[in-house]
Amino acid sequence: MEIVNFTPYSALAGGALIGLSAALLMLASGRIAGIAGIAGGLFRPAPGELGWRVAFLVGLILGPAAVGLLGGPVPVPTFQTDTLGMIVAGVLVGFGTRLGAGCTSGHGVCGLARLSPRSLTATLVFMAVAIATVYLVRHVLGA
Amino acid sequence: MSMQQTAAPSTSSRVLTNLVALAAGLIFGAGLTLSQMIDPAKVVGFLDLFGQWDPSLALVMAGALAVTFLGYRLARSLGHPWLAPKFQMPTKRDLDVRLLLGAALFGVGWGLAGYCPGPAISGLALAELPTVIFVAAMLAGMFVYHVTLERRG
Repeated sequence: MEIVNFTPYSALAGGALIGLSAALLMLASGRIAGIAGIAGGLFRPAPGELGWRVAFLVGLILGPAAVGLLGGPVPVPTFQTDTLGMIVAGVLVGFGTRLGAGCTSGHGVCGLARLSPRSLTATLVFMAVAIATVYLVRHVLGA
Repeated sequence: MSMQQTAAPSTSSRVLTNLVALAAGLIFGAGLTLSQMIDPAKVVGFLDLFGQWDPSLALVMAGALAVTFLGYRLARSLGHPWLAPKFQMPTKRDLDVRLLLGAALFGVGWGLAGYCPGPAISGLALAELPTVIFVAAMLAGMFVYHVTLERRG
């Protein structure tokens, strides 16, 4: 193993902002900041449930612009797969995060912060499977 | 009065709730941008444990986890949230097939594209077609779950 591209300070600072967001949403509204749950909940809008979800997701999209306006660095994305791969991956991420009741934020951040055994299990599973997938794609199939 | 507030929050409380959600989303998106998690190459660089490894994502999670943990501890000392009658915490405790299978399917998609839901939605800001395609497919996957396996109640 060789360590490359490590950016510890911006990673910790960005992570702290994500934590601040999760803490704010819990302290103010009593809600878990799980992105899959917030987005997936759009499909079964209970009374009074739609507004805050849309507001959060709009804020999420405005985030990179805010960093840019403040003079911060905004990364240029490098895509890892083609159009078909994006479609397959997108469907798996959407369906899987709803079936498993959480994603990197819902289980990996909020759930672990609650010391939830379910979230710890889910996080270990999706991390291990994602690492295995990248190993397969990069080092076995050699794509 | 308090009963009525539980049933139907006042307009000003709802506006405030939505403004806080907007701010929370903005802070979340800024964090994903600053940590470069909206670049799938950065995420796959972390997942490529057996190649050239970029440990950054571990520190993003560690930073997020530490602050969230403290925020949740503070929340537990409150009777109820500032703007809502109660905290809405997940209640399920069991490790069922749904949790394991869902996490595994998510892991395959995450590894393939280097996108999980937050960075994908936030990444729409960069106006790149592959991101739009991924988010559309992700919402379609969520919708399929909604009409097939989602439990009502």
